Amino acid sequence: MGAQLRLLRRRIKSVKSTAKITRAQELIASSRIVKAQQRMQAAVPYEQEITRAVSGVVSNTASVDHPLTVEKEKPSSAGVLIVTSDSGFCGGFNANILREAEALRGLLEERGIRAVPFVVGRKGVTWHTFRSRKMGGRWEGFSRRPSYADAKAIADTLIESFKEENGIDEIHIVSTEFVSMLTQNVVVRRILPLEVVESEAESTDTIPPYFEFEPNAAEVLDSLLPRYVESRIFNALLQSAASEEASRRRAMKSATDNANELIRVFTMQMNQARQAEITQEISEIVGGANALADAAAGKE
Amino acid sequence: MAKLRVGVVSPEREIWSGEADMVIAKTVDGEIGIMPEHAPVLGVLVEGGVLRVKRGGESDLVAAVHGGFISVANNDVSILAEAAELGSEVDVAAARDALQRAQASIEAGQEDADIRLAAKRARARLRAAGEEV
Repeated sequence: MGAQLRLLRRRIKSVKSTAKITRAQELIASSRIVKAQQRMQAAVPYEQEITRAVSGVVSNTASVDHPLTVEKEKPSSAGVLIVTSDSGFCGGFNANILREAEALRGLLEERGIRAVPFVVGRKGVTWHTFRSRKMGGRWEGFSRRPSYADAKAIADTLIESFKEENGIDEIHIVSTEFVSMLTQNVVVRRILPLEVVESEAESTDTIPPYFEFEPNAAEVLDSLLPRYVESRIFNALLQSAASEEASRRRAMKSATDNANELIRVFTMQMNQARQAEITQEISEIVGGANALADAAAGKE
Repeated sequence: MAKLRVGVVSPEREIWSGEADMVIAKTVDGEIGIMPEHAPVLGVLVEGGVLRVKRGGESDLVAAVHGGFISVANNDVSILAEAAELGSEVDVAAARDALQRAQASIEAGQEDADIRLAAKRARARLRAAGEEV
């Protein structure tokens, strides 16, 4: 009996310390989400401006034929940029992304296109090395705090491979979009060749002005488009960082809740066991005393 | 006279925004001065240029701008810089140090694009801070 009591006490102690850890992780993640969101906000003005500039150039020059916007007639391979996290403890975050990436790979292969993964984040890299998949590029160590230089490095690799004669013909990006603290969605987007969308709805009230170019349209486009791609990738990294923290917070919160529930159940079991032990001891004592009393009565 | 609405933004943050009378930036073709009612322009900025924003009454806003674009439309001027720093924020000692190191390695015969770029940037930062280079 005493053994069961000791066992339960030990389990409660261990669950309690786990709960402390997960609770701390939850709090850390909560404070990090705020920071990640601020960084997302800070990047918005640049993104808006560069998008405006790109649409300005595109609406000005009648025919946009830049290597980055031209679609190959028969694409043979596509780069897939997969944005995962460096550390775990974030629920289904990485699993969701990798599942979506696999689905995209299937889709591309149906069209006869070979998918080349470019992976960001230690979890994604491990996943790919474990399956001995060849990666076109891998980046680790900044999933929580991506800087623009990181986005630039990724964009450079992708664009270079895109421009190569036998390189990739399309670039897709699989990442998590941060909608709110509670909602994050995995999104798949094609970033190259750029889909030059002239959004009709937006341009109704502000007619895009007729730009002059310094030095000329081709050169402006030449340096503008890579920046635009970088900015898209940077945005994906920032959103993914915020989403990672949000799903970590959620995962750690439910872990803490589960631990507390376990503690409650174990405490109840422990009390029952203790009560049972006491009851048994009393009945043993009473029984023993009675037996002694009977024996004494028998002698007389 | 109408004023220009100016925004200086880098990918990681908005560096400055406000009204101005004139903006002077350096594009790959040369210096360009923007005053209100300027025709729409989209220009590529040079690496390591100095941006000057003239504000009536107040002192000029000076910033070191490394690469990027200037876009002007309807009195809105936006400077999209890959990296930018206000003159008042420049760490003069660090910039001078960086310039010296770059120059030392150029003199030592190691001339490559990275070092030239570092020297250019350091010079722009010093000029933005109002130092003689």
